[in-house]
Amino acid sequence: MVQLHVIDGILYEAQRQGRISFYMTHYGEEAMIGSAAALHEDDVVFGQYREAFMLLYRGFSLDEMMNQCFSNDMDYGKGRQMPIHYGSNKLNFQTISSPLGTQIPQATGAAYALKLSNSRACTICFFGEGAASEGDFHAGLNMAATLNCPVIFMCRNNGYAISTPSSEQYRGDGIASRGIGYGIDTIRVDGNDIWAVYNATKAAREIAVEENKPVMIEAMTYRIGHHSTSDDSTKYRDRKEVEERAQFDNPVTRLRRYLEHKQWWSQEEEDQWRKEVRSSLMKSFTAAEKRKKPALENLFTDVYDEVPPNLVAQQQELQELIKKYPEYYSLEDYAKN
Amino acid sequence: MIPSDPTTTIQQQKRCYAAGSAQPQDGIQQGVAYSQLLKRGPDDALRNPELAHISAINGETRKMNLFQAVNDAMSIALATDDNAVVFGEDVSFGGVFRATMGLAEKFGKDRVFNTPLTEQGIAGFAIGMAAVGHTAIAEIQFADYIFPAFDQLVNEAAKYRYRSGNQFNVGGLTVRAPCSAVGHGGHYHSQSPEAFFAHCPGLKIVSPRSPIQAKGLLLASIRDRNPVIFFEPKNLYRAAVEEVPVADYELPLGKAEVLKKGKDVTVVGYGAQMYTLENAVQLAEKKMPGLSCELIDLRTIVPWDVDTVVESVNKTGRLVIAHEAPKSSGMGAEIASAIMERCFLRLEAPIQRVCGWDTPFPLVFEKFYMPSMIRCFDAIKNSVNY
Repeated sequence: MVQLHVIDGILYEAQRQGRISFYMTHYGEEAMIGSAAALHEDDVVFGQYREAFMLLYRGFSLDEMMNQCFSNDMDYGKGRQMPIHYGSNKLNFQTISSPLGTQIPQATGAAYALKLSNSRACTICFFGEGAASEGDFHAGLNMAATLNCPVIFMCRNNGYAISTPSSEQYRGDGIASRGIGYGIDTIRVDGNDIWAVYNATKAAREIAVEENKPVMIEAMTYRIGHHSTSDDSTKYRDRKEVEERAQFDNPVTRLRRYLEHKQWWSQEEEDQWRKEVRSSLMKSFTAAEKRKKPALENLFTDVYDEVPPNLVAQQQELQELIKKYPEYYSLEDYAKN
Repeated sequence: MIPSDPTTTIQQQKRCYAAGSAQPQDGIQQGVAYSQLLKRGPDDALRNPELAHISAINGETRKMNLFQAVNDAMSIALATDDNAVVFGEDVSFGGVFRATMGLAEKFGKDRVFNTPLTEQGIAGFAIGMAAVGHTAIAEIQFADYIFPAFDQLVNEAAKYRYRSGNQFNVGGLTVRAPCSAVGHGGHYHSQSPEAFFAHCPGLKIVSPRSPIQAKGLLLASIRDRNPVIFFEPKNLYRAAVEEVPVADYELPLGKAEVLKKGKDVTVVGYGAQMYTLENAVQLAEKKMPGLSCELIDLRTIVPWDVDTVVESVNKTGRLVIAHEAPKSSGMGAEIASAIMERCFLRLEAPIQRVCGWDTPFPLVFEKFYMPSMIRCFDAIKNSVNY
């Protein structure tokens, strides 16, 4: 949680300085990492975009993270997507995409596949309460219930979808009440309580894998940070409300108090840990920033498994243009293949 | 009041919505039933060089219509790939067009199953299965209802490989959908939406003209490592019958087929339109003695076989393209501009596009909406006389 908090702080500032193009923090939602701890490594993750904790928990390195945010030649996504659209095949974390809710029926289908292959794994699908208004939410949940899919639907209800408060998002009893309507075992938890999130996810996994049934968890939390670096949330909500939540119901503070009470953690250890994270992140940060962007040919590859003739021709057309107008097309910043 | 001569009045009032027997006009027997494009004998079926290799494995053929050929392809796909599944609305009992008949009984209800009625869900579900390495053969009941799944297909399926840097892909995904006119389908049982998807890099789009083609192209689509949308012309489901090899075979994607050699004008289409074009070519060659038309079935709409069409137009100097979908921004526009770029010095007439009008697909005016034989003939004539 602390690691995530430090990373968010540095990358948020880096975006403000124009060093990366975009960023989204996890402020206030750090306790969601409890869900990561309750899963097995072969469980497949479908995220929305505020789930980097899942990757960190599974061992995604800071280098890997920075490479994605800087879209450099080491980025697994080959520099094609915006920052924080992480993905890791080896960590079973499906690549993030921007369209909201699309991952919900996908997680359902993947869960069905896991069931058919007797893998004894499940999928977990994260989404916010705003995304739950999309048609894909309805599709994904109804299909999971009728087709008996081992999937955990994990809703982060943080009170806002950009500027839209949940009072303008729905009139029912949150998202959890809908789960029941689909015939899905559902629970609402304190999303700022890492143990509550952990326990609910652990129980959900058991039901999903043992009984081949979907489970829905609605984690109630609060988005302390702005929606993204392109958003100034003081335009639509009271700064005082945010400060109060950050101070009195902060998931990081809550866990720290617990650990301190058990005498497993202290302010000194935390300061030391923050320093370590900061210094190793800065190392990755600097290294990632220095690297070249991916080679230009990556513009044309992976559209299909093989490059089709029209793309071969277009690639050639671009190369000729670059030769013709070198002053307009600098390739210095791009890796050579 | 009872008319004095009831027989003639009844005949005048008779409305026939079913695909009735077409009357020969100008001595041309129109309709799929009379087509020479269909292979009616086993030897005929295997004479095609693309299928010649089958004789060595198993030269047996069976008479099938198009839905049976589609069924046969899926049956082979399920038998040869344990990770393959077939699903959609009403596929369990055999499908509203009978294309999935017997599959649930043969392969189990876990592998051939009904979904709730949600197209975006079907597409998303299929993407999820394919994303973890399974083979998903999804059915959208009518191509007209694929639009709720547009976001999943365009933003997700098409970009899955590219956006992940090839860490993930949904190559195992195939979406089948009955498409095109059926005589009385009105707005929402007649559409040909291929051009909407043709604008989306990452998808392949295929449409077969016959049972042999349907089986080979569908098997190739299912096994292709890219997401494929497979549009099945629904008026051919029962009407098109030919001897189909029983063997497991594939026909190449991205490859057009020259159905008839010619030297004066190139005529290009795909799907059910091929039969109309066949008739138009017959009529043109009859009315204009000495004229010889080259007839090409695109088969794969994306990525389409530019080279085969270019080669043909470089020879003939003239091009007529026909499709049922509306003209503006239809596939014909793409083909025409690509050929104009590649064959400018060889073109001797403006490229003709014979398409549906830029209207929704109408019910009672279908006959006037369609790029019919006479409209295609007229375009060939205009091109030749230019």
